[in-house]
Amino acid sequence: MTLAAGHGFLSPTGVEIAFLLVGIVTLGAAVITVTTKQLVHAALWLVVALGGLAVEYLLLTAEFIAWVQVLIYVGSVVVLLLFGLMLTRAPIGRSPDADSGNRPAALAVAVAAAAALIWVVIDAFRATWIDLDGPAQGSTKVSGAILFRHWVLPFEALSVLLLAALVGAIVLSRRDREREGGN
Amino acid sequence: MHLAYPAVLAVLLFCTGLYGVLARRNAILVLMSVELMLNAVNLNLVAFDVWLRDALHAGQALTLFTIAIAAAEIGIGLAIVLMVHRNRGTSDIDKLRDNAETHDAETAGHDGTPGAGRTAGSGATAGPDEKAEAAA
Amino acid sequence: MTTTTLAVLVPLLPFLGALAGLLLGRTAPGFVRPLAVLPTLAALVLAVLVAVRQGGGKAIDAATQLTPTGSVPIDLALHLDGFAVLTAVLVGVVASCVQLYSTGYLRDDPRYTSYAALVSLFTSAMLLVVYSGDLMVLLVGWEIMGICSYFLVGHYWETPEARAASLKAFLVTKLGDVPFLIGLFALAADAGTFRITGVLGAVATGGIDHPTLVALLLLAGVAGKSAQFPLHTWLPDAMAGPTPVSALIHAATMVAAGVYFVARLLPVFAASAAAMTVLAVMAAVTMVGSGLAALAQDDIKRVLAYSTIGQLGYMSGALAVGDRGAAVFHLLSHGAFKALLFLAAGVIIHAAGTNSLATMSRMRGLAARIPDAYWTMTVALLALAAIPPFAGFFSKEAVLVAAEHTALGDRTVAPAGAGWIVLVSGLLTALLTAAYATRLWLLAFRGRGTEAPEHGRQPLVMNAVLWVLAVPSLAFGLAVGVLGDWFDGHALTPTVTTAVLGTGIALVGGLVTYATWRHTIAMAPRHPMGAVAAHPQADPAVSEAAAIATHTHAYGDAGPSPDRHPSPIGLAEPSTAPDPADPARLLLGPLHRHAAAGFHLDAVYSALFVRPVRAAASLVGFLDREVVETYVRGAGSGTELLGRAVRRAQTGNVQTYLSALLAGSVVLAIAAVLVAAGA
Repeated sequence: MTLAAGHGFLSPTGVEIAFLLVGIVTLGAAVITVTTKQLVHAALWLVVALGGLAVEYLLLTAEFIAWVQVLIYVGSVVVLLLFGLMLTRAPIGRSPDADSGNRPAALAVAVAAAAALIWVVIDAFRATWIDLDGPAQGSTKVSGAILFRHWVLPFEALSVLLLAALVGAIVLSRRDREREGGN
Repeated sequence: MHLAYPAVLAVLLFCTGLYGVLARRNAILVLMSVELMLNAVNLNLVAFDVWLRDALHAGQALTLFTIAIAAAEIGIGLAIVLMVHRNRGTSDIDKLRDNAETHDAETAGHDGTPGAGRTAGSGATAGPDEKAEAAA
Repeated sequence: MTTTTLAVLVPLLPFLGALAGLLLGRTAPGFVRPLAVLPTLAALVLAVLVAVRQGGGKAIDAATQLTPTGSVPIDLALHLDGFAVLTAVLVGVVASCVQLYSTGYLRDDPRYTSYAALVSLFTSAMLLVVYSGDLMVLLVGWEIMGICSYFLVGHYWETPEARAASLKAFLVTKLGDVPFLIGLFALAADAGTFRITGVLGAVATGGIDHPTLVALLLLAGVAGKSAQFPLHTWLPDAMAGPTPVSALIHAATMVAAGVYFVARLLPVFAASAAAMTVLAVMAAVTMVGSGLAALAQDDIKRVLAYSTIGQLGYMSGALAVGDRGAAVFHLLSHGAFKALLFLAAGVIIHAAGTNSLATMSRMRGLAARIPDAYWTMTVALLALAAIPPFAGFFSKEAVLVAAEHTALGDRTVAPAGAGWIVLVSGLLTALLTAAYATRLWLLAFRGRGTEAPEHGRQPLVMNAVLWVLAVPSLAFGLAVGVLGDWFDGHALTPTVTTAVLGTGIALVGGLVTYATWRHTIAMAPRHPMGAVAAHPQADPAVSEAAAIATHTHAYGDAGPSPDRHPSPIGLAEPSTAPDPADPARLLLGPLHRHAAAGFHLDAVYSALFVRPVRAAASLVGFLDREVVETYVRGAGSGTELLGRAVRRAQTGNVQTYLSALLAGSVVLAIAAVLVAAGA
């Protein structure tokens, strides 16, 4: 919790430059994800964005989270999304109606929200400095220790939640045999 | 490292996701945008956790939970989308307008002229037809 | 039993009789007549006993307090002096006679039960007023009398005349009662008590701060109850009630209550010279105006009603010159002979099948058909015209003597001007009274034309009652020597001057009318008019109701007041020409038309009060309909329009909703940040 007394914006360190570059890539991938006309491409660009975020986690010395990000998001969520696209017979190639008529309103709301939030964040944290020196704060060892020492009860509760989600997903996606027969 | 960098990146990612949620037509693309928003929040959590050097690492623990919950959410969400697609033949959000105020309700509820009943009746018969078309 | 206990029983018995009659009326119809007659008779006997025991001596006062009532206590108090006990005897006599008469008169009436109970209740209330020593208790009886009068005038509620008359009687008397109530409160606030003795004591010590204001407020109530100008208009219309009711309430007792009230509180009025003058002017206008109006009426009962107003004017005049002995003396004798006149008029109406004098004047031999009514009516009319030695002569002379003494300065209770006003108008009224009494007698009993219709004998009880009442009409005047001791102590005997003057004027009036009648009666056969409306064999009350209902149609507007036909003043004249055989037409000349309509007072009231109120009501109605409702309708349609606009936003697109929601959040967040930043 050190103030950035001697650290101006015009004298970035190596980590910062890396963070900025990866951040630009991540943001670009995210923008393409929400704007591209090709649905499958959107999923693939999402992989890039999520992967970029994993790198950012690494740069912030949270290495366990970075690997979890890669495993769960890039590994399973995106695959799930791709399966979903296929199961809903999403068209391959450019589909002209990927965006709804709500676009201008959405753009206005998003830009206004971004402007307001950036203004607030910059105003609040423009002189705040993260000290990344010392032992990694998010190493697997540290994460495991706190997770199973201090957060074990929420962790167990989360497992119940996952189970419930699992059951729910199965129930929802199961084809109803009687209705199938009826139709 | 300046805290402003991850914070601003998180803001931008969040607003990108917001735009996606509001502007995308396909339900699965909306889900992707939701993932983007969640990730933006995660980045914030990690950055502030590192900055604060929290002894319990609450930010990182919460990030892990968020990831798990996001996984569950995407599972349930996809199941719902699949079911809607199976029932309606579409996963376009702006075609799911069952809650809309229809013109029929307006004429039936408003004027009490004898013609209103017939109009409302024809509207009521037209309603199911539209649904049938949508389901085809 | 002590005198006080007896006096408490006097008003209580008729009240219990009324209650029992109402309760038993449906289950045991046989008890209704005894329950109506016996308590009243018992009350009469007890009232006589009380009068004998009190004996005109010192006033008996008794009071008990049921519950504390704050700063001004209200007591159940009796105040028995000579006025009270004698008036109570009069009320008892007339009420008993009327109850007996009603058993014959209304023998087949389906509503006899409630009628008898109301008459009993009225009797009880009147006795309460007479005996009460507390103004609040007096007021209770006063108002009960008013409501009983309302119900009894509306006894024939099938006829629109009776309905209108009962409402009019109620509203006009209430119009007087409002200032009366305020006056009572003002008086009690000044005196610190509602007890009559306390009030009189306060007056004697000069404890009343605003005597003129209090007296004038009370006078308004008295004018309403005693039918004095300008609130007298309800009394002629109230004749739409059954004849016994007219005899009891609207001739002998209730209308006398106002006079009696002033007599009780005379020192309060005497404390203000202005009030006495107002009372004198009121009495004078009432006397002369009602005399003229009585001369022009065609309905026999309306003649008597205007006559009642005039005689009440005499009593007011006596009070205006500060002689309450004369006033109550005239009240007593008038009560007897006027009740007799009304009851006899009921017999005549039944026998003739009509209440129109014009029709009776074309009917031969009516007197022979009903000899009892003929003779008793003659006696009563002589008493009314103040011919010696009948009762009316002595009482009227007492009034005139008091007025003369005041005018000449021998009495100083009232201003001399009031004495002159009362004396002159009293003499003028004596002339008019004799004239209309003669006219009534000639037209009713000396008719020429077809034979009067045959009918069965009048019920014995009705004729008996007439003779009972004829006795005081004949002989009550002879009590003049002793009456003075019962009242304020000074003699009520007539003096030579006023006796000669009054009797001479009365004789002149009677003779002039007779001469005129001789002249006009010849025309009667040439102008046939009217028809006998009622079946002669029917129940007397049925005949009367039919006569009331058909009078206007058969005889035009000559008799009844024009207010029954709500028309502009210009159209209020009689629709048919008045009877040329009527001596009054010759006597009054151009005045006749106005006198017949009661000098258009009803039309004046209609123009002054009714039409402005109606116009205001229609204005309010218009405002409500066009202005207030516009706002209401606008509120409704505005909401509807807003709702239709809002439902356009309900597109069903979740993304639109979400966009609006988030945009709102952003705006709120920016606003919060701006506020926090102090911008």
